[in-house]
Amino acid sequence: MTTTERPERSVPKPVFTDAEAGAREFPDSSASARRYNYFKPAKRKQTHYEDVTVDVQPDPHHYLTQGWIYGFSNGEGGYPLHWTKLKAWGSDKPEPQRGPGTGGLPVKEWPAHGWHEFRDPNEEWEQTLYRYNANVVRQLTQNVENARNAKAFEQWTPNWVRFVERNVGAWMHIEHILGLYVFAGNERSGPTNMHNTAMAVNSAHKIRFAQDLALYNLTLTEEIEGFDGSAHLNAWNADPEWQGARKVCEALTAVQDDWGEAIFAANAVFEPLIGELFRSNLVMQSAAGNGDFVTPTVMGAGEYDYAQRDLRWTIACFAPLTQDKEFADHNRQLMQGWLSNWVPQALQAARQMQPLWSQPDAKPPRFEDSLDKAKNRFAGICRDLGLDTPEELKQ
Amino acid sequence: MSRQSLAKAHQKIQELAWEPAYHEPYMKYGTDYTFRKAAKKDPLKQVLRSYFPMEEEKDHRVYGAQDGAIRGNMFRQVQERWLEWQKLFLSIIPLPEISAARSMPMLFHVVPNPELHNGQAIQMIDEVRHSTIQQNLKRLYMNNYIDPAGFNNSLRNFQSDYCGTIGRQFAEGFITGDAITAASIYLTIVAETAFTNTLFVAMPAEAAANGDYLLPTVFHSVQSDESRHISNGYATLLMALSDEDNRQLLERDLRYAWWNNHRVVDAAIGTFIEYGTKDRRKDRESYAEMWRRWIYDDYYRSYLVPLEKYGLTIPHDLVEESWKQIWEKGYVHEVAQFFATGWLANYWRIDAMTDEDFEWFEYKYPGWYDKYGKWWENYARLATPNGHNAIVAEDVDYVYPHRCWTCMVPCLVREDMVMAEVDGQWRTYCHEVCRWTDVEAFRPVYQGRETPNMGRLVGHREWETLYHGWNWADVVQDMGFVRDDGKTMTAQPHLDLDPKKMWTLDHMRRMPHLQSPNVLLNEMSDSERDAFHADYIRQGPAGRPAPTDA
Repeated sequence: MTTTERPERSVPKPVFTDAEAGAREFPDSSASARRYNYFKPAKRKQTHYEDVTVDVQPDPHHYLTQGWIYGFSNGEGGYPLHWTKLKAWGSDKPEPQRGPGTGGLPVKEWPAHGWHEFRDPNEEWEQTLYRYNANVVRQLTQNVENARNAKAFEQWTPNWVRFVERNVGAWMHIEHILGLYVFAGNERSGPTNMHNTAMAVNSAHKIRFAQDLALYNLTLTEEIEGFDGSAHLNAWNADPEWQGARKVCEALTAVQDDWGEAIFAANAVFEPLIGELFRSNLVMQSAAGNGDFVTPTVMGAGEYDYAQRDLRWTIACFAPLTQDKEFADHNRQLMQGWLSNWVPQALQAARQMQPLWSQPDAKPPRFEDSLDKAKNRFAGICRDLGLDTPEELKQ
Repeated sequence: MSRQSLAKAHQKIQELAWEPAYHEPYMKYGTDYTFRKAAKKDPLKQVLRSYFPMEEEKDHRVYGAQDGAIRGNMFRQVQERWLEWQKLFLSIIPLPEISAARSMPMLFHVVPNPELHNGQAIQMIDEVRHSTIQQNLKRLYMNNYIDPAGFNNSLRNFQSDYCGTIGRQFAEGFITGDAITAASIYLTIVAETAFTNTLFVAMPAEAAANGDYLLPTVFHSVQSDESRHISNGYATLLMALSDEDNRQLLERDLRYAWWNNHRVVDAAIGTFIEYGTKDRRKDRESYAEMWRRWIYDDYYRSYLVPLEKYGLTIPHDLVEESWKQIWEKGYVHEVAQFFATGWLANYWRIDAMTDEDFEWFEYKYPGWYDKYGKWWENYARLATPNGHNAIVAEDVDYVYPHRCWTCMVPCLVREDMVMAEVDGQWRTYCHEVCRWTDVEAFRPVYQGRETPNMGRLVGHREWETLYHGWNWADVVQDMGFVRDDGKTMTAQPHLDLDPKKMWTLDHMRRMPHLQSPNVLLNEMSDSERDAFHADYIRQGPAGRPAPTDA
């Protein structure tokens, strides 16, 4: 028997380089040099979230010594602070005037201005984003699958079927518009990477929730005889109950050049006065009585997004501005003005939805009680933000 | 979810498309493109119900590999020559990624295709993934690699060092100016479709050959998202092509985007792959060979040329010129030499080339040694401080180059340098196409057509300007490129971490002051400037002074 020699393959050879931490001592070899040192953490120890987020979006007020190098047609580049009327301390301080022979004029103090102080309390970055949302969609899929197997939809009353196909269906449009054209629509505009990433994550929640509702609607079409999967379009386009909410929702996309106002109005006004009013105080309160234990789990996932995550970052973003060491009065007045503008619109839209409370056979709590609950919730948000509850809430 | 149900699901979510009834959305971003006849199709049917678990699974693989690398002591086998360049690369890349996320809403505002907005929104989320996963990789390197300096202050350093702007345009170009030019043509059609091949596929392969298998783990995971982004770009391009009025703009933007990507990406990635590796097997592909495969064949011939039949004017001349720059004019070698010349204005350590490297370069690029060999021998000779200055201030037959005002890579292929007086300032450009970009393309009128949404080139584009007349020690200190003993420099022109062999601020202090080429150019009389230009274009290769007339 002969053996044929296999020709040596051309592959890179492993080499022992001993290039691991601690292999030698030299300037900067110590453990204290093994941390990102270009920002000061919000707390004593810098977090993983801060490490992957802070200062990725640079700022000429800080280290960006040559300034922005590409601009819009008016010459402005980057993330101008005047893209909202809100101000954080240091906002009006001009950028260092750099030029021939000036050096880089790096601003070594951190933060360079108040906007840099914001941290998302949810500490969202890619790992948290995917873990959270993957868990939600997995759980929802299982819930719906279980309901299908258990023939749970057969217990629904005919009126409830109509209610879900029209009204739960109509809500998907609101989530979609907010997700794409308010939160994603503004994530180019925030002054720091922390703001813009929080908006992107908020947007992902909304778009996912809109799709959750759409796909739930598809399942119901397949599972419930006579369930009209296109009825939500008709409700959204024509039902008078929905036109007020639609009008306010669309108005949020039309806020003129102010990311702060759009996000504030969406999460601090629209969500508690219309969103939670509908999701928590109507749908989730009515479903069980009408034989439906599935819809609240779908709605509840979206509700958790808002109540536990999206509202949290919103408070952390806007509340410090009402206590800002330089612009507290300016910001309070501005936000109170926004409340005066948006609260009446939201309340009018909420009242327009009142007939929905009469549609299910098993009635939810009275509309006025539901609205009071939403108003109380909203008043609490105002307190958390350091704002007065607006007079308009009495309407 | 089965394939069939995925198609049904995608069909269903199209019911979410929104036609405003009461308020039109505020259009913050503009374009000079029009989409009057556009067909409206989303080429990639992605729904979040499958997207989130898919990405989570990808994450599991990435982070599992990272744990494995640490447990398996990967850093005992990592080549320092390679990982030092990651201090630059991983400073740059999280910014373009997050800028790509920020550019997506610009497209919502201008592309009238609700179906496509879904894909763009998912791209936005992807880009947040990419930026933070890359910041995290850098953090892992900082924690586990022998020399954390340069990783630990990378986002300060990158924003002030002498070549940061070269990388930064690969981010700011995505988020400013005409929304289609920026977020579609420059980002998705050219950067993502063509140049991520060398960035995210070719370069990680080289990392693996240098003992680092985490870069491929992370970047191949990133690249697996890019195909969806490419589809977004392709769909937008087809929409744009259906309107005749867009063709002039498409031609302009493809020329700008192609050339700028070539200038920027080939400069950086070419240097990392050719000069950052220790793998000198003769049968391993050179950057030129990779470029020919990934960019010329896979992108230009397979993707771009077929679009000609739809009316797209392809910049054939610029593709060929880019190849000529790489193959005949030594573009990558000239850039690597410039990086090494300016090692002291950086924040990573640059290893000298050895005889083994010389042999490989000569094999892959015949004639290389005659052009660059002597200079690299000088670099090695001057690597450790021994009474001499850093190489930039020594006589090694190298003329410090002028910056290109547009791409901010210096004018290294000297014969191609052109000048123009723009907005009252004399500017140098590395090539006629870069002059055209500044003087003609980034303007409010293009070939007689109003282009009010086109962006502008702004900022202090020549780094040297800021430090004109400064002592080098002060320059390095001002940028913060100093280690924790307060005097040893972060950057070094060698890999020896023996403190006695490391350069300090004291060595910098005795050097001649830094001079800004552009400031000096603008102090010249007309005749001096003409003479300067005539001399400059006779310089090179390898930065050699112009030959003296016999």
